[in-house]
Amino acid sequence: MSFRIVVLAKQVPDTRNVGKDAMKADGTVNRAALPAIFNPEDLNALELALEMKDKMKGAEVIIVTMGPSRAAEVIREAMYRGADAGYLVADRKLAGSDTLATSYALSLAVKKLFPCDVVVAGRQAIDGDTAQVGPQTAEKLNIPQITYAEELLDISEDGVTIKRRLERGTEVVKSAFPVLVTVHSSAPECRPRNAKLTMKYKHAKTVSEFQNDDSDYIAMRNIRPYLCISEWTAANLNADDNLLGLSGSPTKVKEIENVVLTHKDASVLSSSDDDINLLMKELIASHVIG
Amino acid sequence: MNNVIVYCEITEEGHVADVSLELLSKGRKLANEINTQLEAIIIGNNLKGIEKEVFPFGVDNIYLADDKRLFPFSTLPHANIVIKLFQEQKPEIALFGATSVGRDLAPRVASALRCGLTADCTSLEIGSHEDSKSGQKFDKLLYQIRPAFGGNIIATIVNPETRPQMATVREGVMKKEMLSNDYKGKITTLDIKNYVTDADFVVQIIERQIEAQKINIKGAQIIVAGGYGVGSKENFNLLYDFADAIGAEVGATRAAVDAGFAPHERQVGQTGVTVRPKLYIACGISGAVQHRAGMDQSSKIISINTDPNAPINAIADYVINGNVLEVLPKMLKYYRQNSK
Repeated sequence: MSFRIVVLAKQVPDTRNVGKDAMKADGTVNRAALPAIFNPEDLNALELALEMKDKMKGAEVIIVTMGPSRAAEVIREAMYRGADAGYLVADRKLAGSDTLATSYALSLAVKKLFPCDVVVAGRQAIDGDTAQVGPQTAEKLNIPQITYAEELLDISEDGVTIKRRLERGTEVVKSAFPVLVTVHSSAPECRPRNAKLTMKYKHAKTVSEFQNDDSDYIAMRNIRPYLCISEWTAANLNADDNLLGLSGSPTKVKEIENVVLTHKDASVLSSSDDDINLLMKELIASHVIG
Repeated sequence: MNNVIVYCEITEEGHVADVSLELLSKGRKLANEINTQLEAIIIGNNLKGIEKEVFPFGVDNIYLADDKRLFPFSTLPHANIVIKLFQEQKPEIALFGATSVGRDLAPRVASALRCGLTADCTSLEIGSHEDSKSGQKFDKLLYQIRPAFGGNIIATIVNPETRPQMATVREGVMKKEMLSNDYKGKITTLDIKNYVTDADFVVQIIERQIEAQKINIKGAQIIVAGGYGVGSKENFNLLYDFADAIGAEVGATRAAVDAGFAPHERQVGQTGVTVRPKLYIACGISGAVQHRAGMDQSSKIISINTDPNAPINAIADYVINGNVLEVLPKMLKYYRQNSK
């Protein structure tokens, strides 16, 4: 019996390490200054998928990402850690997609991989923090959702049992298949790269990546078909162009404002004993403290 | 038709959640600005008398879905009630708490209705909009304002053509303001069987372990908060020591929480808690806009930082140029000396 697990992952700018050069002089975001990384919670999602694969006989993990051609890095990274195949959804028509248009495109990609049993994704991506794409993809696939997964408790042919992380505790839920699961950062960290898999897949490339390669590489690819990362365009997904990109996005950005701080007149102190002593006296006298 | 509707979340204790009451307060103002009514949708079990908790916030109509299967929250039944109700009532604006419930439910509803949703808004306003391409003008749209892209920008989002205009807002961001104790609206009880089917209960809840809220930094008068600059979990003990002495709570930035220096319950900012204490002591915090969004309403701010140009210093009342590890013990020492 085969069991198919699809992981949705995203390559994101590392907004956690925004330096001083993150903004250009003209006030726009300097994307080049931000390294592109595997979205952290999508790594937790990959681990949960691999745990499912470990427990289900004949299971396979397929990774799907949507983004520009360099997002193939995310697929290779997942393969080094145990994913069996990957698909890159790339098309200029997808540019400017909000969460609704994104979930539409992703749901079409997952449908092409039907019948699949579980779809796993990170709870949210750090460049938007919306946590909307998972539930919206589940709705478009017309399957139930389990959000904020923290631990895989059990999986069998009857269904999956998962512990969810809530604000003030946890909840254990069970669902039949198919189901979409979003994974919280408190779930186990992703296993490291496997040396054998890294060797096996280090030359895996998408069609756009290998088109300029020499005949040696093409010969190697012909012997090892697993080195081909499939690429899907909007046309491959039979997508309705009106539902993609900016035209498929009901939310519009009206205005972008750079963060400009208005300076207060602050009292500037040193760390000397005298300064701190005076400050504490002042705070106590004005009843701010104590 | 065209009303403002707030999804009211029910707490473990069977009350309407604070975040929902805060949204009703904001919703009342938005409804006044667009000359429409404020409605609430309450879904749960054993909801008798719950209307008394929401009418004082200026609610004109409550949609009530009361059934023993509707608590605790489960996505599909709640989503299907909300989706069908929105299809029937065509609200203009729909607001949800940015909680584990609201962030699970609202996107599912938005997807089914194919309408726009903005997560974690820090401000909601009414205004006009002109489409730059078509030149088409829209009046009285909901401006959904939130930080974006690592907090370097503040984006104003609008949904010109789809309804309802949907947004989620975190607890503590909007002010809870009662309108009048005597305000009375009406109650519309929903017939559950028209909204949910047995198939909606496919995800079974097997067990729940919900703790009483232990850490309450939202209610603290003084917060001593640490950032990544504090350096380690051990160094955070200095913050706990000082906070204990002065009767404060300890807060943390997302970077400090991600680094494991402090638990998530203590996170202040856009993806944590929004606080308005009378004193906020920022230790080794550079001041990303998401963090400032959660604390810039503090009455007084002290920033302790080795970097005199840290962005947070711009909103501070006192800037101490120095190392947290050196300054905090001194503050503790001189607090004890002077407080007798």
